Amino acid sequence: MNNTSTTSASPIASKRRSRDIITGIDWRRYVIYIGFAVVFLFFAIFLGNQGFLSPVNLVNILRQTATIMVIAVGMTYVIAAAEIDLSVGSIAGLSSVSTAMAISAWGLVPGIVTGLAVGFVVGAINGSLVSLLGIPSFLVTLGMMGVAVGTAQWITNSAPEPILSDVFNNIFGSGNIGPVPSLVVWAAVFVAIGAIGLSRTKFGRQVLATGGNRTAANFTGINTKRIKFTVLLISGVVASVAGMLYAGRLQSGRFQWGTGDELSAIAAVILGGTSLFGGSGTVIGTMFGALLIGLINNGLVLAGLDSSQQQIVRGAIIILAVALARKK
Amino acid sequence: MTGAEYAVEMRSISKSFNGVTVLNDVDFEVRKGEVHALVGGNGAGKSTLMKILQGVYQSDRGTIMVDGNRVKIDSIPDAKAAGIGMVFQEFSLVPSLTVAQNIFLGAEPLNGAGFINDRESRQRARDVLSEMEVDLDPRSEVGRLGTAYWQLTEIAKALAQNARVLIMDEPTASLAKNETEALFALIGRLKSRGISIIYISHRMDEVYRVSDRITILRDGRRLLTESLADVAPEQIIEGIVGKKIEGELTYRTRSQAAFDDQPLLEVRRLNAGARVRDVSLTLRPGEIIGLAGLMGSGRTELARALFGIDRVESGDIYIRGEKVNISSPQRAMQAGIALIPEDRRDQGLVLDHSVRDNLLLGLLTGIGKGPLIDTRAGKELANLLISKFAVKVSNPAKPVNLLSGGNQQKVVLAKWLGRNPDILILDEPTAGIDIGTKSEILDLVRDLADQGKAVMIISSEYPELLAVSDRVLIIRDGSVIRDLSRNEIVDEEFLQLAVQGV
Repeated sequence: MNNTSTTSASPIASKRRSRDIITGIDWRRYVIYIGFAVVFLFFAIFLGNQGFLSPVNLVNILRQTATIMVIAVGMTYVIAAAEIDLSVGSIAGLSSVSTAMAISAWGLVPGIVTGLAVGFVVGAINGSLVSLLGIPSFLVTLGMMGVAVGTAQWITNSAPEPILSDVFNNIFGSGNIGPVPSLVVWAAVFVAIGAIGLSRTKFGRQVLATGGNRTAANFTGINTKRIKFTVLLISGVVASVAGMLYAGRLQSGRFQWGTGDELSAIAAVILGGTSLFGGSGTVIGTMFGALLIGLINNGLVLAGLDSSQQQIVRGAIIILAVALARKK
Repeated sequence: MTGAEYAVEMRSISKSFNGVTVLNDVDFEVRKGEVHALVGGNGAGKSTLMKILQGVYQSDRGTIMVDGNRVKIDSIPDAKAAGIGMVFQEFSLVPSLTVAQNIFLGAEPLNGAGFINDRESRQRARDVLSEMEVDLDPRSEVGRLGTAYWQLTEIAKALAQNARVLIMDEPTASLAKNETEALFALIGRLKSRGISIIYISHRMDEVYRVSDRITILRDGRRLLTESLADVAPEQIIEGIVGKKIEGELTYRTRSQAAFDDQPLLEVRRLNAGARVRDVSLTLRPGEIIGLAGLMGSGRTELARALFGIDRVESGDIYIRGEKVNISSPQRAMQAGIALIPEDRRDQGLVLDHSVRDNLLLGLLTGIGKGPLIDTRAGKELANLLISKFAVKVSNPAKPVNLLSGGNQQKVVLAKWLGRNPDILILDEPTAGIDIGTKSEILDLVRDLADQGKAVMIISSEYPELLAVSDRVLIIRDGSVIRDLSRNEIVDEEFLQLAVQGV
């Protein structure tokens, strides 16, 4: 009996079902992809003549976005765990000068190790203060932002530290692998590892659970202190790699490299759909968030806006996107 | 002031929610300067009646008279203006403000220029506190004070607003013994100044200590109002309990032979925090023990200590005769213990995450493929748990938040039972759950015990406790004061009396 009624009603039912599927989709989750496509099409149509679609320009967008994208991958973990890391830009600056100095003193490999060690140490300090002493990460990393950039400025006497190792410069940022800039390869690798790590590993699930409801995560036997420590450690190390990418691309270490990147990275993460309050987030979303910011920057330059106008438009687009993506 | 006999007189109050009658033609009157106990079981209508008096709800029918004058209480400010004050169970204070600032929050005395006059509010706060004969500096920050002082601040706040009637809901639940004594003394002083107090409590000894008269509500009706001198405790408890027999909740004798094994869990002289004191108990495979006690007696804290949430200060825990050190939930889980926590929304679930992710959160190691999670195995395991525990869910990828309370609780149960623990601790497992799901959960608990698991169940609902427990431990002030086998407990009334220590 059930059978007959469904067959007779099937055309209407299926129509209703397809409508249900359309309205049932939570399109807010896809705002970043829709937004990316819309902005891309908009620029393609109106800035096509200014060379927006030329391969050189598109590769340029990727190159300019790569460093932020790397930092933002680490930041996704931090924000998904309901913490924040404001020190990433400064870590990148400190790592760039430390690497440059270590390369000229001891050579290539010790230089790279030094750069990573900077991220490891600063990240570990951030993580310890947050998870062991329970100081809010906002304050810890705000303080660390000053400490790291101040250290970088102090040890270099505010002067740039040139890097003369072509091998280093080629690997980190200046070179190409075939037609692809090495910067883009670095970003792709970080996004791939980060995406799998967050969505497909036990650690990633525990990060999301800790950010979603720390008490419940604790009651489920997750060591949430360790999770908070680890995400800040990851963020520090990832930021130090970003610092080396700056150093390689600009063939020097300088304390200003990375200044302000924490805000761009946070914007990319939030645009990408990660909840500012923790508990949900994807690295692929973050990648599109970073790309969208890069796209907007590039398009506004091509459109001939000056930098003051660019800032206004960029700010407005970020607010609009986050407003559209917010939960009911 | 008129010479009316009653401070508050509620007449023929009726209230229903969505067609369900919660209060049916209830009369309630409080004399001036008396302490009036209001008691009743869960769902008797106590809190609804008080919320009507405070202006949180409006009654469908009935009238309220304050001091002999008919008043209309449509909102919380109306109630305050009529002189009704509430001492909240969960305190309504701002921790970062001082005592004086809290007392006058929203009603700050102003100076000529329209700015807040802090000096005057301090002075007036000092006056109120000294009238209460309480030694408390109005300049101290509330957040730095103990709970007893929070409560005093609440009372002072109500008095500063000229409250003539104070409603106190389980006021001693979070107080230590000497603080309770101090509160009783304060209640005596307030009484002598003509202030009436409506005292809501489940603690019979306290009701007898402080109250002049008592009103018992049952199923939304007034059962009796009497002077306490004329009522025996048995009468009150019978009034609260009623004589309802629910078929689902009858005890079934289970084979006692299975319990003769070595204890699965043995706790010796355990101390943890202020509310677990010198607790010793044993739990054998296949056995269900119930923990009965009043709110704040330390039942939940015992469960937390056994699961490694709260630090154990002294005492030993043995599992199958081997001493274990449970310093964290991870250790407890390794030792085969699972805890279904009291508050499923806060402690049991990540509400925004999917049903599936919630089910798998504690099981991630089992579905690993190297460092990665085997998504397909995870889906299969989640589906298995959903069907095994009959969780009603249309799509396991939807947030667990969308499920009903009963189904959410099943998700929490399934999440833990998926780990196949040997020892299961359930803290209020059926709170806020419909009767159908409730009996399903109780059946499940019996099945688990039949499979040889050891179960410890905490519940404030005595019929439920009596339905499943083979043994009941009575907890009072953090200690096990009695260990009763199920056969010794004649009925719910007997258990109530045991818990009250009457």
